[in-house]
Amino acid sequence: MKMMKYLAMAAAALLFAGGPGRAEMLQIKGSDTLINLVQRLSEAYMQKNPGQKIAVTGGGSGTGIAALVNGKCDIANASRLMKKNEVAQAGAAGIDPVQVVVAVDGLSLIVNANNGVDGLTMDQIGKIYRGEVKNWSQVGGRDMPITLYGRQSNSGTYDFMMEVVLKGDYSPKMNQMNGNAQIVAAIKNDPSGIGYVGVSYVKDASGIKVLKVAQNVNAVYASPLNIDEVNSGVYPVSRPLNQYLSADASQAVRDFIAFELSPEGQRIVEEEGFFALPQAYKDYNKKSGF
Amino acid sequence: MIKNRREFYQKLGFALLRLSLGMVILILVIIFIDIISKGSGIISWKFLTQAPREGMTEGGIFPAIVGTFYVTLITAFVAVPLGMGCAIYLNEYAYAGKLTRIIRMAIRNLSGVPSIVYGLFGVALFVEMLNFGTGILAAGLTLGLMTLPWTITASEEALKSVPKSYREGSLALGATKWQAIRTNVLPYAVPGMLTGTILGLSRAAGETAPILFTGAAFFLPDLPKSLSDQFMALPYHLYIMATQHHDIEGVRPIAYGTALVLIVFVFLMNLTGVIVRYRLRKAKKE
Amino acid sequence: MHKHKIKEKVIYCFFLFNGLVVILALIGIFILLLKNALPAFKDIKVGEFLFSANWNPTSYYKEVYGILAMVVSTFIVTLGALVIAVPLGIGTAAYLSDVASPRVREIAKPVVEMLAGIPSVVIGFLGIVLVGPMVAKLTGAYNGLNALNGSVLLAVMALPTIISLSEDALVSVPKSFHEASLALGANRWQTLIFVRIPAASSGILAACMLGMGRAIGETMTVLMATGNAPAMPESFTDSIRTMTATIAIELGEVAYNTTHYYALFVIGLVLFIITFIINMVADIVLENYKKKTSY
Repeated sequence: MKMMKYLAMAAAALLFAGGPGRAEMLQIKGSDTLINLVQRLSEAYMQKNPGQKIAVTGGGSGTGIAALVNGKCDIANASRLMKKNEVAQAGAAGIDPVQVVVAVDGLSLIVNANNGVDGLTMDQIGKIYRGEVKNWSQVGGRDMPITLYGRQSNSGTYDFMMEVVLKGDYSPKMNQMNGNAQIVAAIKNDPSGIGYVGVSYVKDASGIKVLKVAQNVNAVYASPLNIDEVNSGVYPVSRPLNQYLSADASQAVRDFIAFELSPEGQRIVEEEGFFALPQAYKDYNKKSGF
Repeated sequence: MIKNRREFYQKLGFALLRLSLGMVILILVIIFIDIISKGSGIISWKFLTQAPREGMTEGGIFPAIVGTFYVTLITAFVAVPLGMGCAIYLNEYAYAGKLTRIIRMAIRNLSGVPSIVYGLFGVALFVEMLNFGTGILAAGLTLGLMTLPWTITASEEALKSVPKSYREGSLALGATKWQAIRTNVLPYAVPGMLTGTILGLSRAAGETAPILFTGAAFFLPDLPKSLSDQFMALPYHLYIMATQHHDIEGVRPIAYGTALVLIVFVFLMNLTGVIVRYRLRKAKKE
Repeated sequence: MHKHKIKEKVIYCFFLFNGLVVILALIGIFILLLKNALPAFKDIKVGEFLFSANWNPTSYYKEVYGILAMVVSTFIVTLGALVIAVPLGIGTAAYLSDVASPRVREIAKPVVEMLAGIPSVVIGFLGIVLVGPMVAKLTGAYNGLNALNGSVLLAVMALPTIISLSEDALVSVPKSFHEASLALGANRWQTLIFVRIPAASSGILAACMLGMGRAIGETMTVLMATGNAPAMPESFTDSIRTMTATIAIELGEVAYNTTHYYALFVIGLVLFIITFIINMVADIVLENYKKKTSY
């Protein structure tokens, strides 16, 4: 019985120790592509502003947006734009979402280092992931079946590939990995594999090859590792990485986002392997008030 | 000749059976060797007492240990008293009738419900319907419910270890049923009930699926301060370190270290339970 | 005296309530699953849900909700697990009950209990770092995240259940069977194979069924170690996605109270019903077995 008493006391302590501390904590949730970057940004921000606490959690873009809609977080990380039905849900919940672009990602297509193929067109990638092209020999490689690696449907990267490159459904044979890094790890071991990951995951990775991608057969084959090609749009699979906040967000939320967009924040963006914002996106953010 | 053949078959058969046991032991040994050899290198005081840093590539797992501890505490709050109450009812009050049969059937079925279904239930009831949000409370309650069948079984075992004569003696002296239970059964059974239930709690501490959607967090800068806060947990931390971190191969040592700490955490709880149960059984025999 | 009686009654009711909580919990789980599952069928045809092998709630074209492929995947990975765990489990149980010295038994019991105590996420982790690469090497595949990998891991998780319950069944076979058989000139091996195991067969069957229930409901292990490709599997080296993994992957992303959200509860309901049936049947088998051996 004594033990029960201790348990009760401990729980009571847990219950009441909280109090007002909670409201000060900023909750950021969403895309796995963004999580490491935003966590770094928040670590740097918290060092500068010791009073501010920020919690960053993952789960995928859809998770973050759902949480914003359900009022469970302050900022949603999203590696895609909000979908129509999500905007409608937000409206129904009385939330007016504001989009801010915090970084640019060159979505990279990767294969095993021993794969003979160096570049693909958007059309070829689409056919491969839709399951229409099943052998590397059909796209100029060795005679070897293609093994598909991709993300799970809660990832913005999954959506982005589907909307921009596939324009159709993924082959159901695609291995759906839990995260970007798991795809990189799988491709290292699988000579027949192809995968797509955020550019920050391939910068220092060994054992893999980053494919050059061309808009069509007549266009230039460009690399996501080349900042000029990404910013000029020659590299066709680059995308803005977004954060969504509510229009009536607190000053604390706005201050953090301002930090992310500042030169200091953008330097961290580059350190983490993404691309700093080009002028076009900076202007775009101005319209949202940043 | 025939006798020899029979002997041969028996030898062969028994050898195969022995091999089965050998395989089972081997599996456990391989698991332990792999995790201990690759996980112990990173274990240090710092690893146990520091928060993750530098995008979880450095630092320790302190918040995950604390989170698991808190959640297990809430789990205990639900599962221990309810489990004890149910066990007292079954062992002391219930008659062998239809109701008792249904209760026992329900207990067995509850223990067979998949953990992810408990997760769904937790989302539907605690997070959504009762609006607790995702946090320690919702996760702890979900795990508590899941643990209930185990704590009931453990508590009943402790009650059964109290000799019938203790109750009868007290009743014969004119005590009421509750008085007999309170003075002559519980004092002997409660320590065993509590520690026996630790076995069940140890399993809850290692569960991941029920807390995936009821409150476990990828990374939090601070320890949880209230019951409605999200938390980091050892099993969930291992899951993300193994599959979702941006550099899963780089953080493999941390993942192994987390696995080792989780196993030690679970087995320390387990060990307490087993030792106490062993003593109880011995006491009963005497 | 009267006051005493009321107090006793109140205390009785309190404990009765505690007993009823388990029934309430079970019914509560069922009702909540049902309540959140039924709205799914406003948008999904029942026939399509059960018999379509195509599950794609985020399709480019039109969302499809068919659970056939994941049901088949769940059963394939479970079947594989049973093929490994049943012989190994029964063999171990028979060794412990019929052959082993008391000292070996003293060592083996904690081993089985420790195996049962290893969290599933740890087993899943080992599936990625240890078993998966071995499976890949053995099968010549590039990637070990497939059904076979899942089966091996689930076998490890089902083993403790099968071993301890089978052993219980064997131990409770009446001594007279054993003695009669030996008296007729059979040796211990013949007695075990032709008398004791058949006599305990329903108990062993129940043990295997409960092990199967455990494997079907297991989430983290398969989520981490089977690759999660939603296609209908054709062989054990195919990557698969089970019912449990689908819930784990997708519940985090859905906006609450959408068709997709409800559809995940339908999967949960199907899982609940499958495991419920398995448990009930195992229960009945076990009940009968106990009656049979209690003379």
